[in-house]
Amino acid sequence: MSSLTEERRRMPAPALRQPSPPHSHRRRALAPYLFLSPWLIGLLVFVMGPMAASLYLSMTDYNFLQDPNFIGVDNFVRMFTSDPRYLSSVVVTATYVLVSVPLQLVFALALAMLLDRAIAGIAIYRAVFYLPSLIGTSVAVAVLWRTVFGSDGLVNAALGAIGIDTTHSWVGNPDTALMTIIALNVWTFGSPMIIFLAGLRQIPRSYYEAAEVDGAGHVRRFLSITIPLLTPIVFFNFILQTIYAFQAFVPAYIVSNGQGGPADSTLFYTLYLYQQGFANFDMGYASAMAWVLLVVIAAITGINFLLSRYWVFYADGDR
Amino acid sequence: MSAETAVTTRTKPPVRRVAMHVLLIALAVGMLYPLLWMLVSSLRDNEDIFTSAGLAITDATLDNYARGWDAQQNSFATYFRNSFIVTGSVILGNLIACSLTAFAFARMRFRLKALFMGIMLVTIMLPEHVTIVPQYILFSELGWLNTFLPLTVPKFFATDPFFIFLMVQFMRGIPRDIDEAASIDGCGPFQIYWRIMLPLVVPALATTAIFSFIWTWNDFFRPLVFLTDNDLFTVPLAIRLFVDLGGTDWGALFAMSVLSLVPIFIFFVFGQRYLIRGIATTGLK
Repeated sequence: MSSLTEERRRMPAPALRQPSPPHSHRRRALAPYLFLSPWLIGLLVFVMGPMAASLYLSMTDYNFLQDPNFIGVDNFVRMFTSDPRYLSSVVVTATYVLVSVPLQLVFALALAMLLDRAIAGIAIYRAVFYLPSLIGTSVAVAVLWRTVFGSDGLVNAALGAIGIDTTHSWVGNPDTALMTIIALNVWTFGSPMIIFLAGLRQIPRSYYEAAEVDGAGHVRRFLSITIPLLTPIVFFNFILQTIYAFQAFVPAYIVSNGQGGPADSTLFYTLYLYQQGFANFDMGYASAMAWVLLVVIAAITGINFLLSRYWVFYADGDR
Repeated sequence: MSAETAVTTRTKPPVRRVAMHVLLIALAVGMLYPLLWMLVSSLRDNEDIFTSAGLAITDATLDNYARGWDAQQNSFATYFRNSFIVTGSVILGNLIACSLTAFAFARMRFRLKALFMGIMLVTIMLPEHVTIVPQYILFSELGWLNTFLPLTVPKFFATDPFFIFLMVQFMRGIPRDIDEAASIDGCGPFQIYWRIMLPLVVPALATTAIFSFIWTWNDFFRPLVFLTDNDLFTVPLAIRLFVDLGGTDWGALFAMSVLSLVPIFIFFVFGQRYLIRGIATTGLK
């Protein structure tokens, strides 16, 4: 998104530059790399190197104590043919992403539109709705969630108040445990909401006024002005929140004591990866899982970018 | 702006405005209710916690805080100290390393710039789980397991590319004339970075510091992997211990959970301006 402006700025007319003595010229050529050196070293040592190592380890049997033993694609075969827990972690994570991200974004957009109407107290509302985003991944909130959705928690108390008496433990039942974690993610709709708000502010009021003059009602204005002009923001939020959702870890860990239970219903992909890598020290297998995750996230992001040309609308024709 | 507001207000009947506020307030209360309930419960006797879903406190007590503070192997003073050491170092590392990198991307010309910029943007989306196993092996070889170094040292090498992106965006908004004038006056790149650019991007530095604080303070995954010595536990790891032991001292657990959120609330209240601008420009969490 920013690389276009980047391209444009890369080409200032060199003739306008001050002529400089040769030695300072060389220094100037080196300077950028000095500034970049921490990042470059970090990239090699903490990102690229580990990624390459992880790719190699994914084709080995490695328990951290003995040397890695090359086994080709066995880890990947094992994942998809003889590891039902792996497959259930895929299903759990896919369900979580597919349900929680759209729900979260619908809430975010709805609230952003309500708040965009120049109402009194917008700063307070915005702050309140945003707060959960900041603490949604904390252990404290995960612990709270566990009790809120427990058999004598707030949710059942609220249900009791409207006449539905139940001692159903939402976190303790395999049918509903994942739903509580989805609810937690929806609860953190504040940060996409703020991005939507910023996007709504960019839409010129004159568009709405002109449409109103032409007799367009609320629904029509929403469908024909707001939605098309907001599609780049929808796209941006969708990509980011999807990537975040794939990596959810804390709530699943806390709600299930790190086990992914009950009955593996909260066995998130990252949680299973952690179990394999750092509880079983099956590090080759964990690396293979990590690479599958990376490829899936990259593929989904890529497909989304490809699909975006069919539904994302750029007002200035700039892609 | 005020004229537009006037128009909106005039065309909107007061009943609908009131209805909208009622709806928003109901939602806001609903969202905050669990947090308020946790706060209230932390001030109640253990046996009263689950008997009341209300927020009324009859006789408030700080017993839970006193008991929770010393409930684990170490006092929470230790865990808070550990958390502050780690978050403080991470903030420092991110500020230094990311601003240096961002300055190069925003203001300097070099070969491979487009490629490096692309790599930087892609790494924003990289899940940390992909590198965690080899990093564990690396840090184990270095003898860094059960030290804070795996949590802090990588930040001094700009491994949080979010913040590079944030600062690049911000630096691009600073008029080039300023540093070009300084360059003609004989300032080298480092002087321009240090004396001119950094003072101008203080808001971006503040946003970076606040987000670094909140993310690191909340971080559970990396401390869980790299720290097994209780003396080094950060606050989230210590809170987890209440749950792991299958304990039922909910009062103490809630008390320490509330305390763990206090620093975040403080940053939230005083840094809200920077936080909101930060997400609006980069989409940070």
